[in-house]
Parts: sequence; structure tokens; C-alpha cells
Amino acid sequence: MELLAYAAFFLTVAMTYATICLGLNVQWGQTGLFNVGVAAFVGLGAYVSAILTTPEAPGRLGGLGLPIAAGWVGAALAGGVLALLVGALTIRLRSDYLAIATFGVAVALQLVFQNAEPLTGGAFGIGFIPRPFGGLQRQALPFAALNLALTVALVLILYLALERLAQSPWGRALRAVREDETAAESLGKSPLRLRLEAFVLGGMVMALAGAVQAHFIGFIAPANYLPALTFQVWAMLILGGSGNNRGAILGAVVVWAIWAATAALIAHLVPAGEQARASSLQLVAIGVILCAVLLWRPQGLLPERRAVPRHLGRP
Amino acid sequence: MDRSAGQEAAPVLSARGLSKSYGGNRVVSDLSLDLPPGGMLGLIGPNGAGKTTLFNLLAGAVRPDGGAILLVGRDVTAQPPRARLRAGLGRSFQIARPFARMTVLENVMTAAQAQTGESALAALLRPARVRSEERAHAARAREILDFVSLSQLEGEPASVLSGGQRKLLELARVLMAEPRVILLDEPGAGVNPALLDLIADRIQAINARGVAVLLIEHNMELVARLCPRVIVMAAGRLLAEGPPSEVTARADVIEVYLEGMPA
Ligand SMILES: Nc1ncnc2c1ncn2[C@@H]1O[C@H](COP(=O)(O)OP(=O)(O)O)[C@@H](O)[C@H]1O
Ligand SMILES: [Mg+2]
Repeated sequence: MELLAYAAFFLTVAMTYATICLGLNVQWGQTGLFNVGVAAFVGLGAYVSAILTTPEAPGRLGGLGLPIAAGWVGAALAGGVLALLVGALTIRLRSDYLAIATFGVAVALQLVFQNAEPLTGGAFGIGFIPRPFGGLQRQALPFAALNLALTVALVLILYLALERLAQSPWGRALRAVREDETAAESLGKSPLRLRLEAFVLGGMVMALAGAVQAHFIGFIAPANYLPALTFQVWAMLILGGSGNNRGAILGAVVVWAIWAATAALIAHLVPAGEQARASSLQLVAIGVILCAVLLWRPQGLLPERRAVPRHLGRP
Repeated sequence: MDRSAGQEAAPVLSARGLSKSYGGNRVVSDLSLDLPPGGMLGLIGPNGAGKTTLFNLLAGAVRPDGGAILLVGRDVTAQPPRARLRAGLGRSFQIARPFARMTVLENVMTAAQAQTGESALAALLRPARVRSEERAHAARAREILDFVSLSQLEGEPASVLSGGQRKLLELARVLMAEPRVILLDEPGAGVNPALLDLIADRIQAINARGVAVLLIEHNMELVARLCPRVIVMAAGRLLAEGPPSEVTARADVIEVYLEGMPA
């Protein structure tokens, strides 16, 4: 019973990471946009949704008490706006500028979470974020199962939509821009427009994922949105298979499993006083696995598909 | 194709006094040319003469410092490459630029113009229409791949193609956009003799269908075979113009070619 509830909890969190990963796959996997500020989009989504949906609290702005769905929509829109701003500022979104800009935005936004106390609760963050099916919270298993069903449904819907986009002429044009911008332009594509669209769509998905995660856990703090999160998500996408939406989901589950397993291991083996420091070993473990993948299977577990789609098969 | 009639019609592509400098170095200098509809014009000249830069100016990849470009009588000097392609101007690259991690078929289909499914919203919300367009585009892309003898490779990533096959793929891609003028930058460079013959033959067939061709090529045999007229560029300027046999016999043309050679 308890084990089942734990499994459901584990998978629900994995599904929220899978969602972030799907967003990064649109940006990097399909379009080659080097976003090293994933944490900014996830964090923004979490805070926006928390501010929109939490009940009023003394001494804190926001707390609008809106329904959870409104928080999710608001989060996705905020992620889109942030992507649009970053994209417009780094005009051509070329890899080096974009990397610097997104990293800078992630650092800056994390400082905002940390210091804009009246809005974000400062270092303590925001608690009492309404949880989906919160009325069932005392019954561990149904609560966990329903939340799992909700996040799986979300991942499935996103997967189907993003897969349809990836197979469409739009997705093909994104890949063309990724492969050779000059050639794509000579064939009538607008690299600027396509990059911006992919960056905004990916940003919206990541922010939505941040909101879903925040509502499932119930509280957020600035320490959740450090560069380590960005690193984790990149490891997930690379391990799973950059350019493949199924790979993005699989990578999220596998890396999250490794993360959870190393956490459990540290809890068993390391004395209580040292555990905080030992937890950085988790990042080391992910890093080692990432290096192994890059060396022996750089295309990831499920490589990008490069075949003629079935519906275009020769008659 | 009656070329003499073509000569009298208004040119499909003209350059008027084009100039371009890179850091004080005049690479293209006050250059003018006219390409008649359905015509085939060779562009020759030693390495570094500015031929590729001229193509970049004509196609819109690079902005000129001065001069104008007219496409079917319309001034397109300020327009980006995609607007010029829409108006009928396509190009290939001296060093082929395949989309390496995409299939050969995808490479060609990418070049179809006015695709409904290139809007993300339409791709999501109008799948039936996008799908039927895709079928039509796939059929046409396959005809073109047949035409350039790449059908067998349609499902392979473009990264596996040989140098000559890449040139053929460039040709296929630009044809998919249904241009009325194509700029071909050394389609024969680095291609083995068997494929070279095929490429020459295909260029001739494209031209016979009424597509005007401006052809940069170093292989003079190929130029003489394909082009009734050539222009010679040297140091960014137009040096000579006329039938290939006459032009290559001129002392000044021989001299600029010899200058480009090591002594
Ligand atoms: N983007 C650029 N920046 C600086 N110099 C350039 C650039 N493109 C071309 N050039 C210079 O312009 C000259 C002509 O080059 P190009 O047009 O490629 O000649 P061709 O195609 O006739 O061999 C060369 O000297 C080359 O170095
Ligand atoms: Mg050249």
C-alpha cells in the first residue's frame, strides 16, 4: 500500500520532469536553441501559478485564490512572455548569445524569487499552494493515484500535440533551421520567426510544468530553481534522446529514478550531519552517466527518427 | 527553346551597377547583367573574382553597398531571400548545404512554397488539410528525386550522400520551389565524371522547361556545352561577354586566368 503510493508519487514527479523535458526538446532537440536557463522558465511558472491560486496571506501580495487551472494557464502565458522577451533581446537567438542570455535570466530570476519577499515569500517561498484533488489528501493512495493520472494525461496530451507539430511542415522547417540556417533561408524559410516560435512554445511548456510541479508538492522555495535543475533536465533530454519526444519522456523517468535512488542510498549510508553535503554526490552521479552517454551513445536511448513517415510511404 | 526570341524579351533578372566591399576590399564593383527569360548564361572568372558574392547579392543573402536588382521587372534590392524566392529566384551553394540529419525526401519537401502546415497553429488544428498537402508535396518531391536519380536514397539521411549526390540534392531542393530563375554555383565542382554528365544533362533539361539559369562553373568543357553565352568576371568587374569559344580566346581573359595561377 505504502509502496504503491510511493511509486505513484515518484512517477508523478517524473511526469512533471518529462513535461519540462518536452519543452526543452522543442527548443534544443528540434530547433537547436541552446537554453541553459531552463530553471528560470520552470520557476516562473511555479511562482506565477502559486501567486494566482494561493489564498490571501497577511504580508504577502498576490494570493488571488483563483482555481488551479487558471494558475496553469497564467504560468504558461508567463513562460511564453519571458521567452518572447529573451528571444527579442537576443534577436537572432544564435547559440552563444542565447546561452549567455538564458543563463543570465535564470540567475536574475532566482534572485528575484529570493528577494522580492512581499511577492514571493523570500527564502521561505510560498506554501499552501492548492493541490489537485486536495480534498483526498488524507487518503494517500487515491490522492497519489489521481494526481498520477492527471500528470500522465497532461504528458500524453502534450506528447500528442508536440508529436503532431514535429511531424508537420512546421517541425520540418525547425529542423531545417537547426541543420543549416542559410540553406533554410534560401529555400524560403524565416529562421527568425521559426526560432522565436519554437522558443516561445518551449518556454510555455516548461513554465506549465513548473506550475504543475508546484501544485503537486504544495510549496515552493527559491532553492528549487538553481542551475542544478537546468543541468538535470539537460541530462534527461540527452540521455533519453534529443529530438525524440518519447526519448524526452523516457530520459526524464530514468534520470529521476537515478536521482531518487542515489538520494535513498545517501540517506542510508551517510551520517545525518553530512547528508546535506553528500547530496551533491547526486549531481556527480548524473554527470558521470551523462558523460557515459555522450561517449557511447550520443544519440541517446531513443534517437531522433530519420525515416520517411508512414503516411507518406510509397503508394 | 528559341533563345534569340528570349534575348529580346524583358530580362527576368537584372543587376544594375552592383557593388560590395568587405573591409575596404571591393569584391563586386559596378556590375550589371541581364538574364533573359528561359536563358542560360555562364559566369566564369578566376578564384576570388567575386562570382559567389555576386550570387549572394542577387539572392539576397548579402546586401549590396550600391546598385539595384530587378526580378521580373520589380526592384527586389531591399527584400530578403524568401521574398525573392517567392518571386521566382532560387539558388544553390558552391559548397552544398544539405540538411544533414534529415532524410533526402525531407530535404526536398522542405523547399515547397506556401505550405499551410508551416504555421504551427494550422499544423495543430487543420491536420486533414496539412496531410493532403503533404501527400501532394511528397509526390512532387519524388518526381524531382526521380529526375535527379536520387529516388533510391529518399529515406536516407542526407549526411550519407557523396559530393556529387549533394549537388544533385541541391538541384532537387531548388526545383521543388518552382523557380523561374536559378543561380547555380559550381554544380560540377568536385563531382566524379559519371555524375558530372548527369548533372550537366539535368541542368540542360531544366533550362529546356523554360527555367532561366545563371551558371558559375570552372569546368570550361561543361560551360561550352551548356551556355551559348558567358560573362567573365575579374576583380569584381565585368571583363568580357560573348560566346564561350570567343571569350576564352581573348588575350585579356587568358591573362586574368594566368594571373590566378602559381608561376
Ligand atoms: N564574407 C566575406 N568577408 C570578407 N571577405 C569576403 C567575404 N566573402 C567573400 N570575400 C572575399 O571576396 C572575394 C571574392 O570572393 P568570392 O565571391 O567567393 O569569389 P569567387 O566565387 O569568384 O571565387 C575573395 O577575396 C573573398 O576572400
Ligand atoms: Mg565561388
